[in-house]
Amino acid sequence: MDVLKKVPVREQDAKVRATNFDEVCLGYNEEEAVEEAGRCINCKNARCIQGCPVAINIPGFIEKVKNGQFEEASKVIGQSSALPAVCGRVCPQESQCEGKCIRGIKGEPISIGKLERFVADWAREHDIKPEPPKEKNGKKVAIIGSGPAGLTCAGDLAKMGYDVTIFEALHKAGGVLVYGIPEFRLPKQGVVQPEIENVKALGVKIETNVVVGRSVTIDELLHEEGFDAVFIGSGAGLPKFMGIPGENANGVFSANEYLTRSNLMKAFDDNYDTPIAVSKKVAVVGGGNVAMDAARTALRLGAEVHIVYRRSEEELPARVEEVHHAKEEGIIFDLLTNPKEILVDENGWVKGMTCVRMELGEPDASGRRRPVEIPGSEFDLELDTVIMSLGTSPNPLISSTTEGLETNKWHCIVADEEKGQTTKEGVYAGGDAVTGAATVILAMGAGKAGAKGIHEYLSNR
Amino acid sequence: MYQITRAERLTDQIYLFDVVAKRVASSCLPGQFVIVKMDEVGERIPLTICDYNRETGEITIVLQTVGASTMKMARLQVGDSFMDVTGPLGMPSEFTQMPLEEVRQKKFLFVAGGVGSAPVYPQVKWLHEKGIDADVIIGARNKDLIILEEEMEKVAGNLYVTTDDGSYVRKGLVTDVVKDLVENQGKHYDICVAIGPMIMMKFVTLLTKELNIPTIVSLNPIMVDGTGMCGACRVTVGGQVKFACVDGPEFDGHQVNFEEAMKRQQMYKTYEGRAILKLQEGDTHHGGCGYCGGDK
Ligand SMILES: Cc1cc2nc3c(=O)[nH]c(=O)nc-3n(C[C@H](O)[C@H](O)[C@H](O)COP(=O)(O)OP(=O)(O)OC[C@H]3O[C@@H](n4cnc5c(N)ncnc54)[C@H](O)[C@@H]3O)c2cc1C
Ligand code: SF4
Ligand code: FES
Repeated sequence: MDVLKKVPVREQDAKVRATNFDEVCLGYNEEEAVEEAGRCINCKNARCIQGCPVAINIPGFIEKVKNGQFEEASKVIGQSSALPAVCGRVCPQESQCEGKCIRGIKGEPISIGKLERFVADWAREHDIKPEPPKEKNGKKVAIIGSGPAGLTCAGDLAKMGYDVTIFEALHKAGGVLVYGIPEFRLPKQGVVQPEIENVKALGVKIETNVVVGRSVTIDELLHEEGFDAVFIGSGAGLPKFMGIPGENANGVFSANEYLTRSNLMKAFDDNYDTPIAVSKKVAVVGGGNVAMDAARTALRLGAEVHIVYRRSEEELPARVEEVHHAKEEGIIFDLLTNPKEILVDENGWVKGMTCVRMELGEPDASGRRRPVEIPGSEFDLELDTVIMSLGTSPNPLISSTTEGLETNKWHCIVADEEKGQTTKEGVYAGGDAVTGAATVILAMGAGKAGAKGIHEYLSNR
Repeated sequence: MYQITRAERLTDQIYLFDVVAKRVASSCLPGQFVIVKMDEVGERIPLTICDYNRETGEITIVLQTVGASTMKMARLQVGDSFMDVTGPLGMPSEFTQMPLEEVRQKKFLFVAGGVGSAPVYPQVKWLHEKGIDADVIIGARNKDLIILEEEMEKVAGNLYVTTDDGSYVRKGLVTDVVKDLVENQGKHYDICVAIGPMIMMKFVTLLTKELNIPTIVSLNPIMVDGTGMCGACRVTVGGQVKFACVDGPEFDGHQVNFEEAMKRQQMYKTYEGRAILKLQEGDTHHGGCGYCGGDK
């Protein structure tokens, strides 16, 4: 064994998986996990922990894996994270824990994400559940949204003895984990559902089909339904469009719509009633994780898929692993390319897209080199479907119906980072609703901070 | 689970249900809708709230069968349940948010085409309860497609019924009645609310534009979540893109791009297995007015 290299993880063959929705990565088995754990040198001043937004005791749990004490390992992770099976799969470890790992200086870092995933899967398969608190403190907290921020905040508060209810607008709990991230990356029945069940096992109640701001307002929750505090984890679900001609043609979708149809409504499965576009040639505009997910979903539904992105490969905001998987599966990358207009046939359907080639100029505010059009380089792509994946912003539904709740110019709720305190007393917020679209683990970190803030607030009242 | 306490067949293809949905019933206002999902595999279907009872926690919804999902739903009986009912969604009708004094000064004309009677009814009833009598026109292709006539009678000021084929009361399109009222009977209206198939709303707005009557329409584009998350429901109003589920469903009819809205409604019609029936008129309050043949 080469200690400089990660123990490789088994994956479904690219050709096979391009035609199914089963999980791409198969994960480590016990031997592989123990072997990989053996590479960790158990640093005293572990840099990996600093890279983890929820500060999991990484060398601590890896040590347990090394000794084959998998249940113990899951308890170590459980102290800091309520959704390890999810995080092990979707966190950008390369820029967090693994990015900091000392092993990474000379060779490959420890495969922390895959080990976390292994431990969480092992615990689930062996039916290890978190224990509900022994004593309740009689205080009620309402959580809005059941994404990673809401679930984490709920779990932490329940562990402290609070009576917690989550209100979720959709018919299923999980937020982006159920409606956005596809099955082949994050199995719903196998992985997400059990983690939600674990949160429920702590005593958390989940009421679905409640759109806060319409079905009930935050003030009503506080003053009529007897909640002592509220945490808003409503995400950043509002899709952006480009504003180019033809964008409302039939066959142009937001990535959110496309993914929701496929993931939440299970349109890919013939047993479900919700339809989804049957496409031959698809362009996905954008280069983030969401774009990769939409592209790989369209591919699995049988289409030829192009990613159209205005900068170069280096700037792709998606995780390296996702780009790599997408390429392996046969997604075509049209980089340094920007759409100008969607071409529409006489019946209102997409028939193509006019694009222009770009080159990179001077760095912009984000530090990335600004793409500029190359004059006269326009060309047409023939297409029947365009999926816009240009990012999302927080939905103003809650902020516009809650007096005293301040938002910034991007509609993000203003909240302090450490405790999630908003401008309204008793109301806390975190996750994408505050930061704009970010990551699962940052949302979880914000959920933890919110729980801490609420606990302090209610303890001192 | 949301229990069904009344299930009635109003016409061949129009069904009425009372459903227990406490949170919706306690907070909804005229103009709003719910999204109903029948069972695990069902679609999320937007349906107008036709009536509500704050005491019993029940809402009334009216369903037109236009595709596989709605046909399945139509078979439900008293004692059955819908798996999910979400709402209320969308903005309440504008007049419910205005000072009553102001509303009292306005003369309202409602135009309901086919299933459009369902969303029109709670608005007329709301006004009636505030002591405001509105004129209402109900139009349909023939007698069998007129719904909620008795209920409307009780809350409307004047009720005018018309059928395309003359099988009931009078022969003519709803626009003929609007014209007649304004031009021949000397009626004056400050606001027209027209709800029905897109094509009917389009023709009513063309007419009221000529007659100079501000007109509100209620759009029902394809929807998925109903909370502003997917953009499936986008419509162009006054040159701007709006999400009907959160910005609407009611808009200034004179600003709506009906051509685009009608094309977008067709979207899933051509897809595999979806051509069962006319999806053209969506799943809610449309069809039966005689303009579109949506109920054939
Ligand atoms: C397709 C896709 C792929 C992604 N891939 C990754 C990845 O690989 N790795 C990663 O780390 N991150 C990824 N992300 C980002 C990550 O999923 C989000 O940052 C994270 O889920 C945010 O969590 P949250 O709890 O703040 O919000 P969400 O997960 O968005 O949850 C918010 C919940 O609140 C509900 N809600 C909203 N408004 C209301 C209301 N008014 N009343 C009641 N409920 C309401 C919503 O329905 C939703 O369920 C991805 C995102 C998408 C869309
Ligand atoms: S930095 Fe790397 S080697 Fe050190 S404890 Fe963390 S995972 Fe182990
Ligand atoms: S239905 Fe999804 S945004 Fe309106």
